[in-house]
Amino acid sequence: MMHKIETLEMVNVSKSFHGVRANDNINLKVSSGEILGLLGENGAGKTTLMNILYGIYQPDAGEIRVNGQRVTIDSPRASIEHGIGMVHQHFMLIQNHTVIENIALGYARAPGLFPQKKIRKSIVSFSEKFNFNIDPDKKVWQLSAGEQQRVEIVKALVNGAGLLILDEPTSVLTPQETRDFFQVLEKMRKDGQLIILISHKLDEIKKLCDRVTVLRKGQVVGHVDAEQMDKRSLARMMVGRDVIFSFSREKMPRKEKVLDVADVTVVGDKGYPVVNGISFAVYRNEIFGIAGVSGNGQRELVEAITGLRTVTHGRIRINDKDITNQSPRKIYNNGVSHVPEERIRFGIAPNLFLYENAILKQHHQKKFSRLTFLAYGRIKAHTRQLIKEFQVATPSINVQTKNLSGGNIQKLILGREISDKPDLLVASHPTYGLDVGATEYLRNQLLKRRTEGGAVLLVSEDLDELFELCDRTAVIFKGRFMGILESDDPRLADIGLMMAGTKNLRPGDGADASL
Amino acid sequence: MEELILSVVQRTLVAGTPLLLGTIGEIISERSGILNLGVEGVMAVGAVTAFIVTHHTGNPWLGLCAAIVAGMLISIVHAFASVSLQSNQVVSGLALTMLGLGVAGLLGKPYVGKPLAIKINAMPIPFLSDIPVVGPVLFNQSPFFYMAVLLAIGAWFVLEHTLLGIRIRSTGENPKATETQGVNVSLVRYLSVIAGGGFSAMAGAHLSISYSKSWIEGMTAGRGWIVIALTIFALWNPLRAMVGAFLFGGIFVLQYMLQPLGISPNFLAMPSPQRPGHAGGTLPPRRALRARL
Repeated sequence: MMHKIETLEMVNVSKSFHGVRANDNINLKVSSGEILGLLGENGAGKTTLMNILYGIYQPDAGEIRVNGQRVTIDSPRASIEHGIGMVHQHFMLIQNHTVIENIALGYARAPGLFPQKKIRKSIVSFSEKFNFNIDPDKKVWQLSAGEQQRVEIVKALVNGAGLLILDEPTSVLTPQETRDFFQVLEKMRKDGQLIILISHKLDEIKKLCDRVTVLRKGQVVGHVDAEQMDKRSLARMMVGRDVIFSFSREKMPRKEKVLDVADVTVVGDKGYPVVNGISFAVYRNEIFGIAGVSGNGQRELVEAITGLRTVTHGRIRINDKDITNQSPRKIYNNGVSHVPEERIRFGIAPNLFLYENAILKQHHQKKFSRLTFLAYGRIKAHTRQLIKEFQVATPSINVQTKNLSGGNIQKLILGREISDKPDLLVASHPTYGLDVGATEYLRNQLLKRRTEGGAVLLVSEDLDELFELCDRTAVIFKGRFMGILESDDPRLADIGLMMAGTKNLRPGDGADASL
Repeated sequence: MEELILSVVQRTLVAGTPLLLGTIGEIISERSGILNLGVEGVMAVGAVTAFIVTHHTGNPWLGLCAAIVAGMLISIVHAFASVSLQSNQVVSGLALTMLGLGVAGLLGKPYVGKPLAIKINAMPIPFLSDIPVVGPVLFNQSPFFYMAVLLAIGAWFVLEHTLLGIRIRSTGENPKATETQGVNVSLVRYLSVIAGGGFSAMAGAHLSISYSKSWIEGMTAGRGWIVIALTIFALWNPLRAMVGAFLFGGIFVLQYMLQPLGISPNFLAMPSPQRPGHAGGTLPPRRALRARL
């Protein structure tokens, strides 16, 4: 039987991939009843380090010590046996299986026969302890992101994990779920649990963690007390330079209507309407935000505007031209660009070369093709200019696009979509999962587009992002707008309630939402 | 007339038995995430092994065991290629079919046309087989039939109600997540493919030592491909596989029944083994299919 983890140390851990040092002589320590923050940009090596701790990767050098004793962790199983549990950023759950089956899979003491029946009790008692309230018989795909995360936590805890590694845990949660989640962490800390929290969100690191280890480019930049550091100096440690947190955004007049959405209804994947009669307009020199918990119809609305999904009722116009239910290419040719939600699935063709991805949707234009042949010379020249202009870090344009990091892929997509100077740029979660540096850059680009006279429709779950960028913000709940707020509206403070559907600004209340 | 119907049902169950056995195996393999298009080849290997061993030892049960072992062994080829080497499963499965058919033809050459002195005969179950109408149809069958039905129920039970089953299914659904739970994904897949091979070989053995008690080249006659279609038809559920297997068995029998009436057997012909691409190329994604239910 394993011993309770009191302390865990990683000593001089190094790991390289294809000659790139992902982790270079890293030391860190965490003790009982403590939350250690692991802060760093994307690609700083946080996840690699934790995957070493969880036995997914083997370190090239260095050692791991549990309670001062050196241990070998050569597989996730070994890690679980040492009392380490990990909640991955992308949940490691089997969507088609029930909660019980998911937990039974990794449960060390699950019986061979009828495991579903026999472990139900321990699952229920664990979820009661933390007020999790999850139905063990539901299939995982029926659960919200927050519930799935709770399943992951229970999965780790039933195995007696004394150390819980949380990889970007709040990236998928709503503000309300995040608050609940923080309470759970506080409770675990009181119980003497060790927690390592990986994040690049400075606020939550400051709020929750006792100590912070900052990584940059695979190396430890410093171990600091969270209390003593302010946000700005943490950011400087992480990025290596000063980061601007607020953008200057002067008011611009709203005159010319670019996008006009009138009473649009869209049917979702499950066959019932998920967008219920939404109307709004976006003007030139404006960034229009849509806030809301994911799954409330924003994805379908965006797909309807960009032509990927059929509009069952209502009209969509661009510059007074009706584009309702036109083909995506026709809509694109009418000046609507799209930075899609799942950038790797819908934004690029991962196996194609970078220069091919740089002209997706534009390949048919005269400048890139003659008759049926692609003009590779011009395409490559265009790509070189694009990656220079949009700071895409890549060894060459002749690499498969999937080899780029998330931030660089996003810069490429944004560059491609903006380079055509669209009248309307539809951006869904453009900075989701990106680090501070890339986020800052992308937000600046959106603002630049606004100044140049473009209209931007920004769908995001990140409220800070919406507050910083948007001239107006609409809140969507169950396919309806709960209200549209100006950026100086004091009611923005209640946006969390509106997202949860408890507060609705009626029409005539400064908003044109209808119920 | 009544006798005719009973005889049709009886022969339907016989014809459906190898299909059911093969389908159970393919379901186990596919549920672990490995598509095995080598069923036809493994069936042939099973058939020829069972025949040869039975011919020499005079013990059909020994023949059956040898067939299962042979089927498992030759399936390792596919497991190695698709799990350890991560190669294309379609290609490797088709290669297994060709290998199996070839090996079976070669080994079986001296035995073509030789009759078997002893075979696995029908085994009436005491009391149950005395029930009028149902008795002789359901309970006076070859032991292969009983085994197939019991194995189908057993496979369903293992997949749905045991930890092993959860591991197999999880491996097929999301190998990465399964790996992080400390399950050895490669091992699970090896075992599933090998078990699947055992089932296919059993189906083959049924053909040579119970159904027809002889060996000729090509006696599997495309049943391996039907198995792959049936796996989808059954939506990867061994219980539904019973329905599918006996339905297809019925069509098989009807072909011969309708011939005297002037209806060409081609009308209900089995998919041709010469076009295996059909089976492989049109496999719909499993999740999509299941989601519709």
